[in-house]
Amino acid sequence: MTQTISRRTFLKGGLAAAAVAAASSIPLPGTVRGESGQELATLIDIRKCIGCEACVEACKEVNAPKFPEPKKPFPKMYPSRVKVSDWSDKRDDMDRLTPYNWVFIQEAKVTVNGKEETYSFPRRCMHCQNPPCADLCPWGAARKLKNGITRIDADICLGGAKCEVVCPWHIPQRQTGVGLYLDILPSLAGNGVMYKCDRCYNRLEEGKLPACIEVCPENVQKIGPRDEIIKEAHVIAKEINGYIYGEKENGGTNTIYVSPVPFEKLNADIEKGPGRPGLQPVEDSMAHADNLAKAMVIAPIAGIAAAAGKFYAASRKSTHSEEGKK
Amino acid sequence: MTSHAYESTAGKKWLRWSYIGIFIVMAFTGFGQMPIFKRFYISDIPGLGWSADFYATHYVHYLGAILLFVLIAYCITDYLITGRSEFRLTASAYVRIVLLGGIVVTGIFRVLKNLPDVVFSPGFTLFIDIAHLGFMMAYLLAALIFLIFKSGWTQGIDD
Repeated sequence: MTQTISRRTFLKGGLAAAAVAAASSIPLPGTVRGESGQELATLIDIRKCIGCEACVEACKEVNAPKFPEPKKPFPKMYPSRVKVSDWSDKRDDMDRLTPYNWVFIQEAKVTVNGKEETYSFPRRCMHCQNPPCADLCPWGAARKLKNGITRIDADICLGGAKCEVVCPWHIPQRQTGVGLYLDILPSLAGNGVMYKCDRCYNRLEEGKLPACIEVCPENVQKIGPRDEIIKEAHVIAKEINGYIYGEKENGGTNTIYVSPVPFEKLNADIEKGPGRPGLQPVEDSMAHADNLAKAMVIAPIAGIAAAAGKFYAASRKSTHSEEGKK
Repeated sequence: MTSHAYESTAGKKWLRWSYIGIFIVMAFTGFGQMPIFKRFYISDIPGLGWSADFYATHYVHYLGAILLFVLIAYCITDYLITGRSEFRLTASAYVRIVLLGGIVVTGIFRVLKNLPDVVFSPGFTLFIDIAHLGFMMAYLLAALIFLIFKSGWTQGIDD
């Protein structure tokens, strides 16, 4: 990190401030605020990202009021296999996702036409179109909003981390010692609150851009109605003979990456693990459940048919036996 | 048409055990939607390792719902055809039907919510999640009470 301080200082003090000033003066169109009821998506052109982390710092600053303030000592957890997740002493960590860091910069060194190139790009929640975290949350704490944002309500979440398990990228991160579970059965149920990018839903409601987009000196990201963002991503991909990630992954997401190099190459080089999602191909996690849901429509018809069939068979049997008597 | 040739399925052993079987599976996989099976060693029981897989419990829960829908539709049709002339539903049956109706209706909304392009308001999402669990807990409590007092679903038409 230290070797890039001078560049980052320059960028944060100069370009970023200029970008904020410029962006603040432009009224945000209603479509971008989600007024049209359309899902909004973000486009991330990784060619433009210089890895300055201005987006990471802006996210931390703007969302600081939402960050957890855990009570210590934490309640004793039962059974003993339940581990606490405490990031409160590592609030400044910026190299992975944590409850205090909802976006981070990933870096990949790839060889293109015999030449080694480095690409950096912001990583955060993909805001899936059919998010398994929201679908499978047993409390409705994780939910999808009409404008395409998936957010976790910190007032309701019990920190079971199911959302993290079912997320193909394992994005949500837990902080123990905070939230509703402390008022219910703190030792036996729950374990804190899950945190992740909420795409600055409150700023969008106020007509502002998400902080990471507003502050970016290179305009790496843009936000707009999903169909327009997809169109633009394809135009760029065609121009640069590039690749798209996020359009089809997990059945479609509202975060679209465009890259001049294949995502398999980027995925092969990035550091992956807890809090560091990959760029792997992802099947639609909810596809099987959606098919079973369709079968539920037919199920009552099968039940009615079975009972009606039984009645019909009994009627025929009765008619035959009466005819036999005659 | 000789209605008495058609014998109602109510009270048949296969029906009772099918219903109990489906209900046990639904209750187990339903509670498995909460992240408790791994925490409390249930998935460590031999043969229950799958219960820690949230997608697996979700699929089995959906499969159980399909079978439950078949069974409910079958029973309602069966009852409408001849059941009414053979038996009467008890008061405890009506309590169970109301609670089961609550489970089914909130479950349907839960399934709808999980479909792509279906978005409910945060308040309604929370309501159906809690109500689904609440109706199930109430049903289990009611079933236990009715089991203790030996109150079945049906009684003879002349009772």
